[in-house]
Amino acid sequence: MNEQPILETLDPEVGERIVSRRAALQASGKWGFGLALASVPVALAVSARSAFADHLPQQVLDVLNFALTLEFLEAEYYNTGLAAPGLIQDREVFSQISKHENSHVALLQAVLGGDAIAKPQFDFTAGGKFPDVFSNYATFVTLAQGFEDTGVRAFKGQAPKLIDADFILTVALQIHAVEALHASKVRRLSTSPAQKGWITFDDTAVPALEPIYAGEAQTTQLMIEVPSLLPDFVSDPAAATSEAFDEPLTMQQVLEIVDQFIVGDVDGDGDES
Amino acid sequence: MRISSSENAKPTPLRAIRNPTGRRSFLKWTGVAAAALVAGCDDNETRTLTEVLPAPPPDTLPDPGQRLVNLGSGDVGILNYAYALEQLEAAYYTMVVSSSGFTSTFSAEEQRVLIDLRDHEIVHREFLKAALADNAIPGLTPNFGMVDFGSRESVLQTAMAFEDLGVTAYNGAGPLLTNPDFLAAAGKIASVEARHASAIRDLLREGEDDRFFAGDDFVNPKLGLSPARSPGEVLQIADPFIMENFDTRNLPSASIVPVEEWLNL
Repeated sequence: MNEQPILETLDPEVGERIVSRRAALQASGKWGFGLALASVPVALAVSARSAFADHLPQQVLDVLNFALTLEFLEAEYYNTGLAAPGLIQDREVFSQISKHENSHVALLQAVLGGDAIAKPQFDFTAGGKFPDVFSNYATFVTLAQGFEDTGVRAFKGQAPKLIDADFILTVALQIHAVEALHASKVRRLSTSPAQKGWITFDDTAVPALEPIYAGEAQTTQLMIEVPSLLPDFVSDPAAATSEAFDEPLTMQQVLEIVDQFIVGDVDGDGDES
Repeated sequence: MRISSSENAKPTPLRAIRNPTGRRSFLKWTGVAAAALVAGCDDNETRTLTEVLPAPPPDTLPDPGQRLVNLGSGDVGILNYAYALEQLEAAYYTMVVSSSGFTSTFSAEEQRVLIDLRDHEIVHREFLKAALADNAIPGLTPNFGMVDFGSRESVLQTAMAFEDLGVTAYNGAGPLLTNPDFLAAAGKIASVEARHASAIRDLLREGEDDRFFAGDDFVNPKLGLSPARSPGEVLQIADPFIMENFDTRNLPSASIVPVEEWLNL
């Protein structure tokens, strides 16, 4: 298992090319994104994929590669699970989820073009922590829930970085909501204990997944203490408030969670780093 | 509800320039009338309006369909737009849960989900109202005349329509916000609406279609994306359920170009 955070490997070339590109873009205002979009139809005529990513600021590329890492992880997880004989009981559910995750991978790769990272190698046992992940359905569902809830929090955490890249932000939000559709369903598959589709405080039935729910118990939003605003018939105002807001995770928090499922050569350049 | 916007507006100058003071006193009047119908409702005029259900018969009130609600501009306009949708959802589930046949119409699991959804939408409504403070639009008058509250199918179908609509609304609204804190807050709500949509869809087609929680009717099966809608599109769909008219002319707007078009996929 690679102990190095993959953040460092997501962005191998912060070099002259990037700096000069960014400078040129910034000179045209608001990250140059308006200009970039205006020129897209022309660019597409030449080379649909790489031309688009060439107009994206480095920060946006980093977010997209971070998202691609998560989607690689989810797609491979479901593909592997669905291929394991006799594992999946709810085949329709996980086939639908798998279809979406594979679509997300393809979509992000298309946006990133030549800037897309290579698929990391995954170890879904997390170095032996979940040895029966592909032979015990309960374990499989538990980890699926962890990945989906992480995905929701991860996309949410990156959204503010995309605030000036409207087209990319829209796509990120469109994926974010699909991860939440999945998360709600996977949570509701669990029967012992039964779980709601939404997250109450920072509750988790599985100690190994605790970092995924860190900070979810928050009830103050934009400095407003929300539970005090609720009518009396809301039986548990703090619980309802915590459920009604999904909290973000930072990129670093997410990478620490997913790093335990990533092995070896993360960036595909042949080196262990 | 009719929507005034720069594209389809037939501007009615008299309405558009309606004196805000006049509108406030009108609201106050309806608030008092509504409060009289509910024991224990004492203080807040907009809160009583949104919590009193069903709406008082039209002949006891000036027609809310004549009211023009200006959502405002910039981030305030987008937050007011979200506040309008959350008011609608909160009023809907409040009515569902308080309807006489609630416990006999729905399974125990369905009741738990619907009560949770009521509470969550009230949380969203009260949060947005507090965040908007003096800029908040007034309480709206919902119209659920087309919903059969004694029918499980009718209630869940309508719930699905609202939750799906909420997801597409937040997807489309996020990029219209300029303050990152507001975008973050909207994002926190957006995924909870999607969690709701998933659960409601699942209950609606339980045992029939196990893919429906994120069905191909909603999530583009090729791209894996949930739809994004502009405020104008969303308010058009919400139109039959809200008595008031909205003035959306000052809302920020941006055309949503589907990703498959700009990527030429």
